[in-house]
Amino acid sequence: MKEELIERIVENVLQGRRDKDDEGIEEDYAGEPGVAELVQEALDNGIDTNTILLEGLSKGMEQVGQKYETGEYFIPDMLTAAEAVEAGMKIMEPHLAGEGESEGKGKVIMATVEKDLHDIGKNLVSIMLKGSGFNVVDLGIDVPAARIVEAAEEEKAELIGLSALLNTTMVNMEDVVRELENKGLRDKIKVIIGGAPTSDDFAAEIGADGYGKDAFAAIRVAEKLLSGGNK
Amino acid sequence: MSQRGVIVGKPYERLSQEQVEIINRTSLDLLKDPGILCYHEESVSMLEKAGAKVKATREGEHDAWWVSIPEKVVKQALDTAPSKVTLGARNPENQVVMDAEVTRIHFGSGSETNYWLEIEPETFSSKKDGREQVFPVMKKSRGNLGFLARSAHLANNLENLDFFIRNVNVQDEDVTTENKDVNVFFTSLNNITKPVVGGIADFNQLKQVVGMAEIIAGGREELVKNPVTSFITSVIKSPLQVVAETAEKLIEIARMGLPVVISTSPQGGSTAPIDELGMVAQVNAEALTGIVINQLANPGAPVIYGAVPVRARMDDLHDMYGVPEFCHYNMACAQMARHYKVPCYSTAGVGDAKVPGVQAAVEKMFTYTAVPFAAPDLLHYAFGLLDKTQTFSPEQAVLDNHQIGMVKFLHRESGVTAEAAEETRKVVREVMNSPYRMYARHARKMLRKGGIFEGFPFEGESDDQDETLLKLHERFKQIEGEEPEHLPEDMCKKIFDQTPGLLPRLNPHAK
Repeated sequence: MKEELIERIVENVLQGRRDKDDEGIEEDYAGEPGVAELVQEALDNGIDTNTILLEGLSKGMEQVGQKYETGEYFIPDMLTAAEAVEAGMKIMEPHLAGEGESEGKGKVIMATVEKDLHDIGKNLVSIMLKGSGFNVVDLGIDVPAARIVEAAEEEKAELIGLSALLNTTMVNMEDVVRELENKGLRDKIKVIIGGAPTSDDFAAEIGADGYGKDAFAAIRVAEKLLSGGNK
Repeated sequence: MSQRGVIVGKPYERLSQEQVEIINRTSLDLLKDPGILCYHEESVSMLEKAGAKVKATREGEHDAWWVSIPEKVVKQALDTAPSKVTLGARNPENQVVMDAEVTRIHFGSGSETNYWLEIEPETFSSKKDGREQVFPVMKKSRGNLGFLARSAHLANNLENLDFFIRNVNVQDEDVTTENKDVNVFFTSLNNITKPVVGGIADFNQLKQVVGMAEIIAGGREELVKNPVTSFITSVIKSPLQVVAETAEKLIEIARMGLPVVISTSPQGGSTAPIDELGMVAQVNAEALTGIVINQLANPGAPVIYGAVPVRARMDDLHDMYGVPEFCHYNMACAQMARHYKVPCYSTAGVGDAKVPGVQAAVEKMFTYTAVPFAAPDLLHYAFGLLDKTQTFSPEQAVLDNHQIGMVKFLHRESGVTAEAAEETRKVVREVMNSPYRMYARHARKMLRKGGIFEGFPFEGESDDQDETLLKLHERFKQIEGEEPEHLPEDMCKKIFDQTPGLLPRLNPHAK
């Protein structure tokens, strides 16, 4: 029963089905319970949140990642799977809070920097981070450095993810690093950056902790930074 | 029924109805005066009997006849010529079903090149810093039966290739004029399950080739229903001359009731006027002449209006394919064939370039994007042809397969319907009310039902080298590793027992 339920959660993450109304990649899923219903069922059957998260939702995302690597899955598949995980996380939220594990893999503030209105890349990373078990607060686009740092402080975030698409706005990423330094928070909060004009070299130049060349790289960098005992 | 090819929803009509009529009228006038110069006595007799005026003459060492063909003879031939013609295939699912009134285009290979040009990757080291890098080196060989077999096998595995015209001219030592046709047709048919279309070099081997096709199709009647091989006859020598030997083959094929392409290939600037009106009026008159002879021989026989008009290079008078005039000629011919309600065989995709690369890609993409808009039923020369049809490159054919996939996709229906609009409203409303307002879920649905084109599959990773040719070579080698779909052993035995001249080394089941 337990194994079967968890297996169905994995399967529905792979199919990108948030709930019973969603279509799967393959046919004949119509009306069948999706991730939200299955997580609820698992909780009702006394399966602990850790098992649901690690053996169900995270395992599903891992398999999605593997399928992406082999060319079987594409970005839309990853995003829909991440949405399905997020739907499951929402059901689990009240239970996680009760167990004092609400931060999951860690809390991340996401934002597109000031004067930049582009959000596709930032949204992609936000969705994927959520799907990978991070707790994400997305501040949106055109966010001043001071507001980003203020939010990170309020939310007790361990990581800030910054996005920029323009050569003219990527320089504003450095303002966020300086603001953290000015507030004495630089040691507590890591910064990763991404976006078309950015690079590893640029990250090093402005003193950021990491650079993600795409959404998957961003997740790997985030996982590495937050598992390094810096919380 | 086979659904190969792709429907061109609204064919581009380069010519107005009035212009179509001007060309039609000019062609008919040319057939009357000066008329055609015919070197084939039987054709002359048939034409004369039908109402043409004939005047004997001598051309060098040969008897010839000036034949003035009246309009009513042409009209009668067009009345009996069928608008629906099927090119059969070993696998009936691969049949090419043509209907001059349905604008479905099919892409094919052809024609016989003298050289096979294959890539051999080689590692070079930089004189500057010793850095090693792999580059594609071209190896050119004269065509032979082995290459023909490999090209047919390749064509069988290119999903966007709809029909096969052999693309390698064989020059093996044991192949002679007396056994060439049976060996090239067998090699083609033994390696591909799609329609095989080809010319006959020696009239005496026509019956043997047809006999072989009958064994494959399962008998004479079955062959007429599913003509696993169809023919091409270049019955016209431009300008406006009927070749004796080819006319004889054309008449015999018509009497057998098998599909035949009347292929005429004048060169604008040398054997035809270079301007569009002059070229199209002449090539049209030439194609009509072939149709008339075919229909006089057997009214109702399946026949295809074949036009391969090319332009001359101005510096050396070689054929030139990758130019706008070439597209003008071919698009206009496709429109003329549709006007007559006869299926059309057209041309695009030849590279004037000697090797695969930027020039070849530009020339090929230009013509096989443009000409299909006019919706000819068959588009040949589209795979691997380089150096003005002198060279076949298998790697280029792999690239052409991808490019033609793009062209086919380009002609897909728009999907704009009232029902779909309701779905669009639903999707947009749903996405606008979601946190990130992204259409990923909708894109995934399209992706999974084949509604999104794959992109360029031969993309390299290098920052300083175009790796396309190396990737194409990898794909070609992968295809070469696929199991060939040979004819079954008992069928081969029967074919080898009954077909004189077939080389035993070609039998895939020989011990």
